[in-house]
Amino acid sequence: MSLPEDIRRDLAARVEKLLASYPPEATDRLEFLRARFDAGLAWVHFPEGLGGLGIARGFQQYVEQLLAEAGAPDNEPRKIGIGLGMAAPTILAFGTEEQKQELLRPLWTGEEVWCQLFSEPGAGSDLAALATRAVRDGDGPDATWVVNGQKVWTSSAHKAQRAILVARTDPEAPKHKGMTYFLADMTDPGVDVRPLRQLTGEAEFNEVFLSDVRIPDAYRLGEVGEGWKVANATLMNERVAIGGHAAPRESGMIAKVAETWRARPDLRTPGMHDRLMAGWVESEVFRLTGMRLRQKLAVGAPGPEGSAMKLTFARLAQDLSGLEVELLGEDGLRYSDWSMTRPEQVDFTGRDAGYRYLRAKGNSIEGGTSEILRNIVAERVLGLPSEPRVDKDLPWKDIPR
Amino acid sequence: MNHPVTSDLNLLYTDVEDDLRASVRNLLSSRCPADAVIAMYDGDRSVVAPLWRSLSVDLGLAGLLVPESAGGAGASAREAAVVLEELGRFAAPVPFLTSSVVATTVLGGGDQELLGALASGERTAALAVPLAATPWSFAPTVTGAGDGLSGRVTSVAGALEADVLLVPVAVEGGVEVHAVEAAAADITPVTSLDMTRQVADVSFDGASSRVVVAADAGEAAVHRALLVGAALLASEQVGVAQWCLDTTVTYLKERRQFGRVVGGFQSLKHRLADLYTLVEQARAAARYAAATLAEDDPDQEVAASVAQAYCADVAVKAAEECVQLHGGIGMTWEHPAHLYLKRAKADQIAFGSPGAHRARLGELVDLR
Repeated sequence: MSLPEDIRRDLAARVEKLLASYPPEATDRLEFLRARFDAGLAWVHFPEGLGGLGIARGFQQYVEQLLAEAGAPDNEPRKIGIGLGMAAPTILAFGTEEQKQELLRPLWTGEEVWCQLFSEPGAGSDLAALATRAVRDGDGPDATWVVNGQKVWTSSAHKAQRAILVARTDPEAPKHKGMTYFLADMTDPGVDVRPLRQLTGEAEFNEVFLSDVRIPDAYRLGEVGEGWKVANATLMNERVAIGGHAAPRESGMIAKVAETWRARPDLRTPGMHDRLMAGWVESEVFRLTGMRLRQKLAVGAPGPEGSAMKLTFARLAQDLSGLEVELLGEDGLRYSDWSMTRPEQVDFTGRDAGYRYLRAKGNSIEGGTSEILRNIVAERVLGLPSEPRVDKDLPWKDIPR
Repeated sequence: MNHPVTSDLNLLYTDVEDDLRASVRNLLSSRCPADAVIAMYDGDRSVVAPLWRSLSVDLGLAGLLVPESAGGAGASAREAAVVLEELGRFAAPVPFLTSSVVATTVLGGGDQELLGALASGERTAALAVPLAATPWSFAPTVTGAGDGLSGRVTSVAGALEADVLLVPVAVEGGVEVHAVEAAAADITPVTSLDMTRQVADVSFDGASSRVVVAADAGEAAVHRALLVGAALLASEQVGVAQWCLDTTVTYLKERRQFGRVVGGFQSLKHRLADLYTLVEQARAAARYAAATLAEDDPDQEVAASVAQAYCADVAVKAAEECVQLHGGIGMTWEHPAHLYLKRAKADQIAFGSPGAHRARLGELVDLR
């Protein structure tokens, strides 16, 4: 095992070489990103040949820093969060060599945007109840799967080329055992994407209707019937992605409230001040907890601790955005715009206080409701008994719906 | 913002810290039984002296924060924090925080001979300030006019266990810190909410003393000691909270009602999940506060107030949940839950309440 200083020296040399061969100011953005991937500097904890160097995740920050200092373009991670945070680690863990080689590079560079086809109108918290069917057509390597069903709450579906999809392949089996995980092509003619307007007025999500969508068997991820296991790996990564990115002090929702507080002495009251400072303290402690979790992750894989982070993230976002609307008083009565738009990217701290307050309501629902996350923490971290499951051993087709 | 925030302080436990924790826990497991600690509320303090001797001398914890040049171990606030976590976990009635953390910090560059005596465990000291004093607003109530010291300090922690008191004294040109033999002061034990850290009212009436920190350095030394006390108390609070969480989870896995283990009821699972989340966050805040001290990071005042504002309430919440979720048994004298409730509630006031630290933070981060 090399010393951290040796690794950093090696990384600096690799970055230097990349920058020398592809000077950012004189290189096409995509060409640069592809070269960065090929140099193993995309995600250093990934294996060599797949955009990484097989070293600890903690070194990535150093690479990002060096490249940012050199003015290199990044892959706009905010726009491809589902691909980076959910699809990629799952493909890495369960994919065939061919799948990894074909999919990971365009995923990382952002050439191919990914979306997630998991939730259904009848399968929210109880994801394993999902009813979208995939039926095998043919045998052997040329087999394809024919998919029919409806998915919902799909962000980026209208921009995505690819999707991670969980579908039911065996209705006779108990619900957790009859699912299979696929990598779907969103440009298939059977895919119909429709905007889903939400309480803020805009539509950042979609409903996706799948009608005889055909997926070659080569784009199955994991074994037939293993979909639940694969999907759980994805969801663990999702919670880490939501709760665990590095942030400076007083950033995110608290920054907005603090900004209003500093700018508007006329709004200040002693009661509001104590609530503001309580929120400030909680935000700072949340930031430190994320820092500690990342230090742990640098030496291991994401565990259920990410669920606890997400619980706090949601509560804080809701409390602070609510505080801000209240603090604003009369100005809190006004809202920027109710018209139906399709935002380019979602910023929980964007627009006005009213928008932030309303959008934050989704934080305790999306990516696992806070109620489900508490079950996860109680069962997987604290080892308390599982919820009684009356439908666990029934064939899926016999479960009342 | 006021100053840059270092992002690479290690918030995990090192192997050395894990080893230290194991030896402290091992000793406390055999020498600090809950029934002996509960007996302190009925006036039986016989557990204290032998326990403190084992910790301070046998394990050498009294000198943990004292530099090697003065006879100590030269360890950092990170290690002291781990010791405090364990002491919190046992509600241990020993003067580690008051003597080995606060008093040794006051002495700092002062009287090296006394510092050495504290480090060896030969002597035990307490800073004669109210336990509720905050680092930023402390003012001495003792004066040195005429023959000896006079004045009164209320609610002093560690005074009962101390054989020497370190007394901040208002003098012309600043604050001196004087050493007074405990026998020369009038120390009146107070029936305390937390008898495992019993406070005392201390009066001086012409007590003879000697200066151990000079007038130009005394105010800074007291400020520093209270800041370190506040920052590291957070780790004790984490230890208290962790015990409450662990004990409650264990109990709810055994306790059966309605033909089920009660820990399987969702209302209880969710409360414990929330408590786990709070405790993990408190740990991050406490570790950060300790790390900023260890590295002498410029963020240490903010870190200490964040840790106190947060961890104090988490410890109280954990202890309250512990009592409630134990049901009737949690309300008894026999069950140790009340030790932690009383310690947590008293700790909430020690070195400034969460509200006081929030107000202080408002000044530190320009949110007035």
